[in-house]
Amino acid sequence: MQGFDLAALLLNPQFAAMLGHGLVMTFVVAAGSWALAMALAFVLLAVRLTGSRIAEAAVGLYISYHRNVPTLVQLMLWYFGIASLLPDGLQEWLSDHNAEAIFAVVALGLCQAAYFSEDLRSGLRSVGPGQTEAARALGHSYLGMMRFVLMPQALRHAMPALVNHTVSLFKNSSLAMAIGVVELTHAVREVENESFRTFEVYLVATALYLLCSLAIMAGGAMLGARDAQVGVR
Amino acid sequence: MSLFSNALEIVRDNWLLLLVGQYPNGPLGGIAATLILSVLGIGLAFPLSVLVALARLSHRAWLRLPALALVYAVRGVPLLMIIFWVYFMFPLLLGVSVPGYATMLCTLVLYEGAFLSEVVRAGIEALPRGQMDAARALGHGYGGAMRFVILPQALYNMLPSILSQFVSTIKDTTLGYVINVPELTFAANQINNRLLTKPFEVFLILALTYYAVCFSLTRLAGWLESSIAARRAGPAPVQLVAAQ
Repeated sequence: MQGFDLAALLLNPQFAAMLGHGLVMTFVVAAGSWALAMALAFVLLAVRLTGSRIAEAAVGLYISYHRNVPTLVQLMLWYFGIASLLPDGLQEWLSDHNAEAIFAVVALGLCQAAYFSEDLRSGLRSVGPGQTEAARALGHSYLGMMRFVLMPQALRHAMPALVNHTVSLFKNSSLAMAIGVVELTHAVREVENESFRTFEVYLVATALYLLCSLAIMAGGAMLGARDAQVGVR
Repeated sequence: MSLFSNALEIVRDNWLLLLVGQYPNGPLGGIAATLILSVLGIGLAFPLSVLVALARLSHRAWLRLPALALVYAVRGVPLLMIIFWVYFMFPLLLGVSVPGYATMLCTLVLYEGAFLSEVVRAGIEALPRGQMDAARALGHGYGGAMRFVILPQALYNMLPSILSQFVSTIKDTTLGYVINVPELTFAANQINNRLLTKPFEVFLILALTYYAVCFSLTRLAGWLESSIAARRAGPAPVQLVAAQ
């Protein structure tokens, strides 16, 4: 076993590049699925707010499925299962365009949308009924009321939960390695195999993950603090 | 319907593998292994979580800070990363090879223990201050007050959250697949590798199996939560004025 030497790992251009590419891919998967999840969460919330019982049941089933089935299994179902049902042309196009990453973004995004949507809904619930009445009395349309009165307050209430779930989405991006996406965890395994500097490479990757997670938490806390100031006014 | 009959056929041919893995001819696997790992994981994580929660609430910095560091490290690092740490550090420290089961169990205890400690801490902090004051006034020391007054109430109130953490633990055991622990996800992949032609059916069965287990436990947690809330609210107030 070699002695501990962080420089031998980080100053090696090949290993540093592998880890760098892995980190970029982690960001791409996390950001892509975050955007998909957030957009879909608003759609799910809007569908629920229509008040139709069928819509309510469908969204309820969607959320229940995605919260009760392990994320890794959802990834496998998409990448191994649903992919095999797609038409040949689409399958070929996907395999030319990094199918692993696309399916990872889709699976993680659809999964996290369930959590985000529930966060938004409980945020909206905690806004008092007087706000709705006041907004309507001021002449806001339904959409205007949502946009200018209810949603800003709901987002403020939902912020801590949304930040927590953003952190878990970021952490879950590591699961994409199981379907062959070369993100940070995957890159770590490769560098480990080639450099035999197991301890050093895990240390670097763990530090990177931890720094990013703490940055998300700190960013969320700062947004929360800013919103608290607004609330005081 | 061919999808349905295909799925039925896969279940009929492989139910034993999905249920117990290759046992008794090999290691116990399948749902049995998933459930045993989860129960042992949460069972061993629980005492750890109480200790970590007490350490985080302590006035002594040498107790509070390491507990804080553990909780933040676990919250900020992917479970997969922690699995790999345990996977290569344990044999290095102990000098013997450690089976996948033990690796996964140790990881789960650490990971779920840290998350559960936040649940326990919230439960302790949610109790009114008067409980501690009253216990101390009755002559309990800090330890006695915790042991006989605070923790029994806090843990009872936290039962639904502990059950939710158990559901998370079940979902987290799937990651054992990556280090070849023969649990349910691993069994499904074995079936898929043998059949090769029916991946959708195999993984759909896998997803639905997890759904059935976790959904029932989630519902149980919800029921427990409402019944505990009802019990804490006490009996319904007596109507003093008869309705006309």
